[in-house]
Amino acid sequence: MTKPVLAFDNLTLGYDHHPVVHHLHGEVGQGTLLALIGPNGAGKSTLLKSIAGELPPLEGHILRRDPAPDGFAYLPQQAALDPAFPISVADLVAMGLWRHLGLFGGLGRSGRRRLEAVLAEVGLTGFERRPIGTLSGGQLQRARFARLLLQDAPLILLDEPYAAVDAQTVDDMAQLVLRWHQEGRTVIAVLHDLEHVRSHYPEALLLAREAIARGPVGDVLSPANLLRARRLAEAFDEHAPVCHRHAEAA
Amino acid sequence: MIENWLIDPFVEFAFMRRALAGGLALSLGAAPIGVFLMLRNMSLAGDAIAHAILPGAAIGYLLAGLSLPAMTGGGLIAGLAVALVAGGVARATQLREDASLSAVYLISLAVGVMIISMSGSSVDLMNVLFGNVLALDDGTLLLLASISTLTLLCLALGYRALVLECVDPAFLRSVSRASPLAHFGFLVLLVLNLVAGFHALGTLMAVGMMILPAGCARLWHQDLVPMLATAVATALLGTLSGLLLSYHAGLPSGPAIVLSLGALYLLSLLASPVGGLARRLRPRWHYTS
Repeated sequence: MTKPVLAFDNLTLGYDHHPVVHHLHGEVGQGTLLALIGPNGAGKSTLLKSIAGELPPLEGHILRRDPAPDGFAYLPQQAALDPAFPISVADLVAMGLWRHLGLFGGLGRSGRRRLEAVLAEVGLTGFERRPIGTLSGGQLQRARFARLLLQDAPLILLDEPYAAVDAQTVDDMAQLVLRWHQEGRTVIAVLHDLEHVRSHYPEALLLAREAIARGPVGDVLSPANLLRARRLAEAFDEHAPVCHRHAEAA
Repeated sequence: MIENWLIDPFVEFAFMRRALAGGLALSLGAAPIGVFLMLRNMSLAGDAIAHAILPGAAIGYLLAGLSLPAMTGGGLIAGLAVALVAGGVARATQLREDASLSAVYLISLAVGVMIISMSGSSVDLMNVLFGNVLALDDGTLLLLASISTLTLLCLALGYRALVLECVDPAFLRSVSRASPLAHFGFLVLLVLNLVAGFHALGTLMAVGMMILPAGCARLWHQDLVPMLATAVATALLGTLSGLLLSYHAGLPSGPAIVLSLGALYLLSLLASPVGGLARRLRPRWHYTS
């Protein structure tokens, strides 16, 4: 494997002491294009959130080789954004340049050129002045991808990027993901469409609170693995005993 | 003739000039805060925090009588405590900011009214509940002006972070450490402006200077910058017309100001071509693409 940009060391994540991701080990090498799959409630979004620094682990660590805030770009689920807020498409997308602009910086000529370029790339030319509330779900997702393009980060985290968008948008955005991969960026995407994963992703991590399988997509997506994932994800016990696995192992 | 009607009250009476100055200061700070409050869907939360100021001010009153620093300080402490706890709860858990606030607001109101009525006259109680914009002294005027200056300064400095914190907080957290600062900074400005509003309009109507202008502005614009400008203009107009109304018709001034703002809001609701009812009456044409 190439140099790891991410390492999980006995990582346990969760809410209210209930684990959602349980004792995860592993590394993600630079330039990896990894699909994160698993049933609802399997901990995929939680894992991504924690990599982005939003959720401290209950146990263990995540090691990011480039821990600076600009070392990654994170696309949360669309619900995180308030589309009723009166802001234009151009303003929203331009915030991808936050680390260059900060609180006060102006876009400048080069910034404006880059903004135009990424809007053209996602097919939103002409939408610059439109309030984001007037965009369709697919168009809004295109705008968020344009912002990712401006962020120009070596590690890109996508949480269900294709939820509720049409086939054309999925195809266009998948092209961008492919290009990021070719540029040597590391991309981790939470996805539900297994056909899409099979045809677009070389590597997958099947998660169902624990890592079920990790490796080439063909091996990971075996019927036996998928069945096991479903069983494990359903097993939630309000009164589960305290886990001592780490203490026993040590 | 009409000029006399408009200008004479302020030329003749110092208390009217003071009320106008105080109201203008309040408008400049509170209206933009109100726009963000509304856009964050926190209108009712603002109301609740305003009521939470009451017991703090009441305790200040209990200790020092009708004293500006004591009542301001008490109100500030109580308001900040409630706002920061609510904000902290919202950040740390899945609960929304307004969930626990309605309980806090009722309890605070009851405690505040009880403290004041145990120790003071009903005139004092009316003063605290409804404010007295016609009796602003030098200290209070200075306080209102300082708060509005500070508010405008902070909004100008933190504008970009605050906008992003409202529209896409998860994104802001991923690119910057400014998110908690923007969130809590906003809550502090909110409390400061509510305390300012409390001196002029009382705890019950302090939020009026925020939400009514913001509601008007939202109805006229789809962009944030003109929305902020319209909100300030609406607040200024409402203050001026409210004071004149109260002077000429002999009405209590606080309610007159809020009623003027309410009238502007109703007008916007009916007439605005962007968000108002008028747009339903327009011919239904559309572009080709």
